[in-house]
Amino acid sequence: MGNKIIELKNISKDYDVRVLNKINLYVNENEFLTLLGPSGCGKTTTLRILGGFEFPTEGDLFFEGKNINNVPPHKRQINTVFQKYALFPHLNIYENIAFGLRIKKINDATIKEEVKKMLKLVNLEGFETRNIDSLSGGQQQRIAIARALINKPKVLLLDEPLGALDLKLRKEMQLELKHMQREVGITFVYVTHDQEEALTMSDTVVVMNNGEIQQIGTPVDIYNEPENAFVADFIGESNIIDGIMNEDYLVTFLGRTFKCVDYGFSRNENIHVVLRPEDIVMVPENEGYLKGTVTSTIFKGVHYEMIVNVGTFDILVQSTYQSEVGDRVGLKFTPEDIHIMSKAVWNE
Amino acid sequence: MNKKQKFFAFPYVLWMFIFIVLPIVLVFLYSITTKEVNNIKTINFTLNNYKLFFDPLYIGVTIRSINLALVSTIFCLVLGYPIAYIISKIHSKHRNTVLLLFILPMWMNMLLRTYAWMTILGNNGIINNFLNMLGLPSLRLLYNNSAIIIGMVYNFLPFMVLPIYTALSKMDQHLVEASHDLGADNRTTFLKVILPLSLPGVISGIIMVFMPAVSSFVIPRLLGGNRSLYIGTLIENLFLVTGDWNFGSAVAIMMMLIILVSMSILNRFDVDKEGGGSSLW
Repeated sequence: MGNKIIELKNISKDYDVRVLNKINLYVNENEFLTLLGPSGCGKTTTLRILGGFEFPTEGDLFFEGKNINNVPPHKRQINTVFQKYALFPHLNIYENIAFGLRIKKINDATIKEEVKKMLKLVNLEGFETRNIDSLSGGQQQRIAIARALINKPKVLLLDEPLGALDLKLRKEMQLELKHMQREVGITFVYVTHDQEEALTMSDTVVVMNNGEIQQIGTPVDIYNEPENAFVADFIGESNIIDGIMNEDYLVTFLGRTFKCVDYGFSRNENIHVVLRPEDIVMVPENEGYLKGTVTSTIFKGVHYEMIVNVGTFDILVQSTYQSEVGDRVGLKFTPEDIHIMSKAVWNE
Repeated sequence: MNKKQKFFAFPYVLWMFIFIVLPIVLVFLYSITTKEVNNIKTINFTLNNYKLFFDPLYIGVTIRSINLALVSTIFCLVLGYPIAYIISKIHSKHRNTVLLLFILPMWMNMLLRTYAWMTILGNNGIINNFLNMLGLPSLRLLYNNSAIIIGMVYNFLPFMVLPIYTALSKMDQHLVEASHDLGADNRTTFLKVILPLSLPGVISGIIMVFMPAVSSFVIPRLLGGNRSLYIGTLIENLFLVTGDWNFGSAVAIMMMLIILVSMSILNRFDVDKEGGGSSLW
């Protein structure tokens, strides 16, 4: 890691409206970078600009230090795995994978060897003569990856490649993709709206919303230190509560004042407080900082998810112990669990 | 199919029987009987009508007709593919308008459209008037094979364009992007992806142009004059002028066979049965 392989400088894209606004981003060599955001946030457009299928309205795109704004897709050392795979229906699996090498006029013997290697990498040995239609979604996905990787691109772009797969297969493929990326040692730029997927696979996560980057960081940073309420809300479930920062290390919300670990806000600034549901501990009513009534409880497998009404606010709590609807409970958390975020950054 | 569905299908079966099966059977019956007065009691069967068809004169007519239809079909394909491709590339806002403009002439009577070509190509037609104005001698444009081919291409071009357009516009644009992504320039992408995937549309188009072209009689009659016979004009003559319904029927049946055989040969090339414009068939 270390060398920047792709760099976006002030990239904007306008259709009828602005879909990307001044994106600044760089991707390191051998990095697994994920663009994460809700649909319509501009992540796919960013990916398409990298692939060369869209051209930025403003800004510059660099590949290994060279400006590639006007380089067409077939001249970029970047390959794409498309959302719906886009495998060629008139070609069999062998010819689909061989497509890129055939265009480079590589000799048949080499192609045969390379295709075999690729099929081994994606665990589909012996599928050469099969038809595309005879494959399951997951298998088609692997072929699409093999078809891209055989060209030995420097960067592989993946546009929500696991979106059409069922949960179990998706989890398997997440691990497999990560494994493949390490094995072939190339840069992956991955687009998804699934936060869990992003956290599982990425070295770096870029959270986007409304055509702008909200936060760039490692999965741990993004999860633990969201920069604004949008990121906090999007990455995992959160309670986002209006509050006032009285002074450094002191915050008031839901009618009480708490110690916290954040500082650097103006006096009495209106802020968002983020409490992760898994950080809140349920205790007997008289021991809690906040008191309330359980209004709903849902079994989620690993834990119960409960909603506790504390008067003006419904707080989401996750716990392995179940409380019945109607129970009076207390809620407890430590100063480290209180995340303070400036309101200014998040305009929705 | 359950009983109720069968019941509702009945009118269509009846319709198909009366208007499709029965006429073919009747034509076939005419083709294997003699011209002598036939009634239910005394039908005289014969194969002479078919024998006559293999007379060099009529074989010549058949070959000439097929030739002409083939040339027209090739012209339609060469002209029609780029047109269909361009229309499919037009921004979706304007695409339907362009398509409509293209189909609009089809709403006018074919006879009228063919007459229009007579006034364009005729000895005192628009082109020759223009040439005379420039002091050039008149050209003999009407009543030859070129005139027939012009008429056929003009009349049947939309039948080539529409199925190809359908196949092209149905094609997943991501396939084109994938091809570019894998290193193919525009030309290679066209040859390796777009063309093979639009093949079903091309085959539909060829069928839809070749069939009417081989049997057309209006266009050869109006633009080709009376100098040479084609299958279409031959059948017309036999039914309306000579009154030889039996031989006419035999020629009609032979033409059906020719078309059937050529279609089945073409369908062998249509690998992807479900895709594109082949759904028209």
